[in-house]
Amino acid sequence: MCLAIPAKIVSEPNDNSMAEVDILGVKRFISLMMTPDATVGDHVLVHAGFAIEVVDEEFAQESLAMLRQMGIRTADELAAEADEEAAAGTTAS
Amino acid sequence: MNDILNGFRDPDVARRLVDAIHETATVPAKLMEVCGTHTMSIAKHGLRGLMPETITLLSGPGCPVCVTANPDIDLAIEIARQPGVVLTTFGDMMKVPGSYSSLSGEKADGRDVRIVYSPLDSLTIAENEPEKHVVFLGVGFETTAPTVALTIREAARRGLPNWSALSLHKTVPEALRALVNDPEVQITGFILPGHVSTIIGTAPYEFLAREYGVPSVITGFEPVDVLQGVWMLSKQLAEGRAEVEIAYGRGVHAEGNPTAVAAIEAAFEPVDAEWRGIGVIPGTGLALRSEFAQYDARVRVPCTPPEPREIKGCQCGDVLRGVVLPFDCKLFGRACTPEHPIGPCMVSSEGSCAAYYRYTDYGKA
Ligand code: SF4
Repeated sequence: MCLAIPAKIVSEPNDNSMAEVDILGVKRFISLMMTPDATVGDHVLVHAGFAIEVVDEEFAQESLAMLRQMGIRTADELAAEADEEAAAGTTAS
Repeated sequence: MNDILNGFRDPDVARRLVDAIHETATVPAKLMEVCGTHTMSIAKHGLRGLMPETITLLSGPGCPVCVTANPDIDLAIEIARQPGVVLTTFGDMMKVPGSYSSLSGEKADGRDVRIVYSPLDSLTIAENEPEKHVVFLGVGFETTAPTVALTIREAARRGLPNWSALSLHKTVPEALRALVNDPEVQITGFILPGHVSTIIGTAPYEFLAREYGVPSVITGFEPVDVLQGVWMLSKQLAEGRAEVEIAYGRGVHAEGNPTAVAAIEAAFEPVDAEWRGIGVIPGTGLALRSEFAQYDARVRVPCTPPEPREIKGCQCGDVLRGVVLPFDCKLFGRACTPEHPIGPCMVSSEGSCAAYYRYTDYGKA
């Protein structure tokens, strides 16, 4: 099972490359052997007690921006549509 | 960072992507996801039900526990039965049925079987209990293999005399070739696993496009990620392209993680491996290199398991190839449930049968 929630590195790695991370408030010690460049403050993907990659935060923002540029409807527009449907008495969901 | 994650669950974005998929997917396509976490995400969020009629989503052999063949599970069980052995493994291996028993059954019978969070934890057990021989049972694809490779290296560095690994690891790309060559399946595109690709990058999949003209997209696990992957595949198909694209740029670089790949290559060499339902696929297994024989459970705890037998009535193998749906199995939901699993596809939380059982909408869609 893959955990997609990034963990934040909160301590310097010790001599065995073990560092403390924070995963949504849960603290764990994981190995940074696979991500030798990762430092405190970085977000990493974790698998079986190892950081497997540093998460590219900038890239994450970019791909979100790309998706938004596809022209999403806003929450307000969706709510308005739902109201219309309700007013028209449609029961289809 | 978790604010960003919220964006990947954004229903507005999801809705727009679903519309885009409906516009793009004009020709029939069979898209296979090759990652158990994708199977769960698709099931949980009802994504099959959002697809246009042209798109069929198939689950593939993406659950490592499920593709582990009976003789391999039997071997792990036989090792656990040897005197003085502590068998350590990830939690999802415990209930997997072999030919005659399971690790949790063995534990109930008094064998020393323990669940660990990280393979490194098994080294600590070995250090604390020097009178025992501690075996780590390694199951998983390229995401897990480097964690065990580095644990082997760490055991060697510490000179641990009483620890070894049983590697049942498998590698994904050549299994995809076997599926593309399977006339019963006929896949038109692959939704490629996120974290396997974090390790190996795009190059190992390029033969799919080059030799078979089959497009693929490396995809993340959030519902929006999966929809984006399906949309990018539909676009490739509509435009007559076949490439390996990345829809999960925040977690995957095209070149993969070279440190992890080097760790796999240093500890393991490729061998033939048997996949449940698919059979033996050349070069898809990872065996410990001979210089690490001292840390190889096959060498350290030699034993012969009983003749394997197939689980009667279980169609898990066909489910793993995308040939039948879990519902087609007569045992599904009757004799076989997550509480009383008959086959591995119902045991693992990311197995297709378990996913179908848990999220009934998935199956009805
Ligand atoms: S429902 Fe159970 S018995 Fe049937 S294929 Fe799935 S795991 Fe096997």
